[in-house]
Amino acid sequence: MSVPTTQRPTGTETATGRLGDITLLPDGIPKVTGDFAYSSDLWMDDMLWGVTLRSPHPRARVRSIDIGAALATAGVTAVLTHEDVPGSKYYGLEIADQPVLAVDEVRYTGEPVAIVAADHPETARRAAAKIVVDYEVLDPITDSRAAMSPDSPLVHATPTQDHYPGGGNILRHVRIRRGDPTLTADVVVTGEYDVGMQDQAFLGPESGLAVPAEDGGVDLFIATQWLHVDQRQVAESLGLPEDKVRLSLAGVGGAFGAREDVSMQIHACLLALRTNKPIKMVYSREESFYGHVHRHPATMRYEHGANRDGTLVYVKCEVVLDGGAYASSSPAVVSNAASFAVGPYNCDNVLIDGYILYTNNPPCGAMRGFGAVQVCFGHESQMDKLAAALGIDPVELRIHNAMAEGSLMPTGQVVEGAAPVAELLRRVKDAPLPAAAPTDSYDLRALPGGVSNTTHGEGVRRGVGYAVGFKNVGYSEGFDDFSTARVRLEVVGGELVATVHTAAAEVGQGLITVMAQIARTELGVEQVINQPADTSIGTAGSTSASRQTYCTGGAVQAACEAVRDGILAMASARGLSVEGAALRDGKIVAADGAAVASVADLLGEEIVEETREFHHRPTEPLTRDLGAPGDIGQGAAHLQFAFAAHRVVADVDVELGLVRLVEVTTAQDVGKALNPLSVVGQIQGGTTQGIGLALMEEIQVKDGKIRNPSFTDYLIPTILDTPPMQVQVLELGDPHAPYGLRGVGEPPTISSTPAVVSALRAATGRPLTRVPVRPEHITGT
Amino acid sequence: MDFLYARSWDEALAAKAERPDAVPISGGTDLMVDLNFDRRRPDALLDLNGVEEFTRWERVNGHVRIGAAVPFTRIINEIGSLVPGLAIASRTVGSPQIRNRGTLGGNLATASPAGDALPPLMVADATVEVGSVRGERTVPVREFFTGPKRSVLEPDELIRAVLVPVADGPQQFAKVGTRNAMVISVCSFALALHPARRTVAGCIGSAGPTVLPTPDAEQYLEAELADRRLWDSRAELDEAVATRFGELAGAHARPIDDVRGTADYRRHAVAVLARRTLQWTWTEYRRAQR
Ligand SMILES: Cc1cc2nc3c(=O)[nH]c(=O)nc-3n(C[C@H](O)[C@H](O)[C@H](O)COP(=O)(O)OP(=O)(O)OC[C@H]3O[C@@H](n4cnc5c(N)ncnc54)[C@H](O)[C@@H]3O)c2cc1C
Repeated sequence: MSVPTTQRPTGTETATGRLGDITLLPDGIPKVTGDFAYSSDLWMDDMLWGVTLRSPHPRARVRSIDIGAALATAGVTAVLTHEDVPGSKYYGLEIADQPVLAVDEVRYTGEPVAIVAADHPETARRAAAKIVVDYEVLDPITDSRAAMSPDSPLVHATPTQDHYPGGGNILRHVRIRRGDPTLTADVVVTGEYDVGMQDQAFLGPESGLAVPAEDGGVDLFIATQWLHVDQRQVAESLGLPEDKVRLSLAGVGGAFGAREDVSMQIHACLLALRTNKPIKMVYSREESFYGHVHRHPATMRYEHGANRDGTLVYVKCEVVLDGGAYASSSPAVVSNAASFAVGPYNCDNVLIDGYILYTNNPPCGAMRGFGAVQVCFGHESQMDKLAAALGIDPVELRIHNAMAEGSLMPTGQVVEGAAPVAELLRRVKDAPLPAAAPTDSYDLRALPGGVSNTTHGEGVRRGVGYAVGFKNVGYSEGFDDFSTARVRLEVVGGELVATVHTAAAEVGQGLITVMAQIARTELGVEQVINQPADTSIGTAGSTSASRQTYCTGGAVQAACEAVRDGILAMASARGLSVEGAALRDGKIVAADGAAVASVADLLGEEIVEETREFHHRPTEPLTRDLGAPGDIGQGAAHLQFAFAAHRVVADVDVELGLVRLVEVTTAQDVGKALNPLSVVGQIQGGTTQGIGLALMEEIQVKDGKIRNPSFTDYLIPTILDTPPMQVQVLELGDPHAPYGLRGVGEPPTISSTPAVVSALRAATGRPLTRVPVRPEHITGT
Repeated sequence: MDFLYARSWDEALAAKAERPDAVPISGGTDLMVDLNFDRRRPDALLDLNGVEEFTRWERVNGHVRIGAAVPFTRIINEIGSLVPGLAIASRTVGSPQIRNRGTLGGNLATASPAGDALPPLMVADATVEVGSVRGERTVPVREFFTGPKRSVLEPDELIRAVLVPVADGPQQFAKVGTRNAMVISVCSFALALHPARRTVAGCIGSAGPTVLPTPDAEQYLEAELADRRLWDSRAELDEAVATRFGELAGAHARPIDDVRGTADYRRHAVAVLARRTLQWTWTEYRRAQR
């Protein structure tokens, strides 16, 4: 196999650091200096460029596709349509409903229709423009609530339905019923809340290089979150056995869920096999907005009933998520939305309906927070509203109802391990508040509007808001979620070296440091090499659901233990007493602390290598017996819950609707901080992504078309929009998890959005029922 | 694509005469975005970065003559006290990188209603020096723009410099964007007081097809200032006057709904900005020379 001429970024050593030590990311500095090789930097001298022709319509029948003129273009080697897909013409993470290339209908603007390979990207683009597609344009179905109606036209003539009778466009309906939701309460508050379509806004666009192999297979170098799920889908569509489709992780420029679905993977491989040349594909920024799924927009209706003392009597919630044209991971997202719809509160009577709809809007799928983000904005807005109706402090109301160890989820699942909701809230509430803005002088950078010079203090009001949220770590509902790790210990040049190999995708979160830290700690070695991630080893599962440190960390730990056992067995075979011994500083150390032998001496030329899988504890699917009376939507669907709380202090220019966040305080239980610096980085980054959703980040879709597919108009927070953060990390240790850890990546994204909006409400007195909050929502103009 | 390079004004004009289709490139912060997004595919580029005089500014007869390629950073650092409105506006442009590269000539030639340098140039009564091999002319900024992204610039013409009168009174600029830095204007407002002439000038950015002067608001304010003898007394300005000025200015906006904001919000925000910038400039006027 030939290898592209960019150094692969994950074959790196991390110099030092054991579990619990601050350990720097080896790729951090190269990323800042521009030396890091991303998937878009891959290069082979004889490669061709692949380009995608996309649908300009959100819904149209494809009458015919004429590729003649494109194919006749000088420099063009291949033009492929659905007819050229040898295997499955449809793919998908959970449901194979998405055409590799449009077959007879396009269902969203930007859907791939044909692909072109040429010797230059510009040639390929010009050729793609010459493909003549005869569309019969149809009225798009773009309103998710209208799409629920039985009279609505169908996005998919034969929709895939998940346990829903007469589903129509409803892709999945999750019903959760527990207790008696017909109760009445002293105080009832209702509310409707909307969440706009957020984008992951990763910086490295979809890109990769497919290299045809001599065995008729293909090697794909790709930025992804899960090599093996890509491998399965690519192999199915190529009609090849999986061992003929080999994937290696290329440099990933951020993910946040947007790389869970296949984008150009199948296309590049199809072109490579057709042309017998390496094919490089790189989406442009604009194309990238069409090339990946987004966070589901949501409309939510809530009703909370409470006693005078604030105790929740019942919660009713209907959440409608717009799934867009294809299923992606939508069935799991709506399950999460339903599971977490009440928030981390005790409530014995719940009635939750989560719907996810097919529409002709851009497909939506995974994004950091995965369904919990939308409903957190709903339930936290309701808790503020309820507190106001009751005249109770909003933090006290939350603490009064806070879930704790042993609480029941709406699904009946018992919350095991620490559930420090009340403590997290108290911590953010008790943290010192920032000083009031000075009245006699001003610094534009500290005012709403910043250096745009919109106020010198006029109209500025301060507000403080709180929110708490939670979500599941790992895959849920009975999925066999596991990871595989191979660890080798050997002597190289007189030094003990551990090599760790997994297929886990490092997407910037710092797993490569954690894996090395585990090996250093478990095996007592200094030198650890992370072998590049590829499919020559078993699956690691996805880098998502805050699960990779848990699952792949667990697999590396298990493999290290097996290696250690192997070493100890060798020692024991040589007559050494190793009862209760461990490996430390290159030595076998007996239980009493005495050094028994040097591991390097013991090993000599031998290599100890072990591969282990780590399967997390099984979970259960939610019960779905729609006909039966009583409780439904029940089951221990989730592995572990992770909690975070936020306090936001905001200055708002109430006349212009502009916002400057003064400070964010956050507290999160991470079980055990394996790399404390990465943990804080995740919390800061996640919080910022939630700030973005609260204040600016929205893909604006009109009539099925994206109006702002660029970073000119899809705004993400700059450093002047990102306030100082006080981060409090709790390490309460989950007895069931490796090292007691709890997934870290998602919780900070979940509660920061509602905390920001809560602060804006406090400052403005406006209801603010939609995110992102736009200036005109604050000014009421 | 051909790449032409000029080392002097004359060379640039000659090149432009020969290839009117050649698109000038200065800082490239507008043009390269268009090229990257494939919105424009010019057959030729004319690089102006070798024309040294474009990067100079000088004081002439009570004016600052700013070369077409003086970047925003230098306007802020070197001539901020002479052209304060333009300097405030320059500070709101993009990021440090964009301010280092982006130029006044590029901002004018792009002729976007969201060009942040344009409203302060309008209220300062600046003029644009343009030329071609056919000759040179000066165009008041007030007559420069003919529509969204359209100006009086002929295909063979280049911008040479901008003549900005040295400020004769307080000037302000304020811009609404939906984040606190690096943001395209949702709407903006520039205001200049001309105490010697006893006039005021306002201009709206990004709420109409071009930047828009606000004559009704100006006339109202000039009359109030005269009637109340405020130029002489330098007394406090009634909040009601400022509010009315804001409302009249807002009424001049001709905004649309787009991805950056609604028309109604823009009208409202222009009124707020006009009111606030008036109070800031008036406070500054009151403090000066007392
Ligand atoms: C990230 C980013 C942020 C930005 N933020 C702002 C902002 O906040 N406010 C704002 O106003 N603008 C902003 N801009 C736009 C841009 O920076 C400004 O308009 C800048 O003034 C353009 O100057 P330039 O020299 O880079 O122009 P160029 O891109 O070099 O040229 C722009 C246009 O002017 C023409 N041109 C240039 N010089 C001459 C000349 N001497 N004679 C005739 N025609 C000429 C070119 O042919 C081209 O059509 C931003 C741009 C980017 C990329």
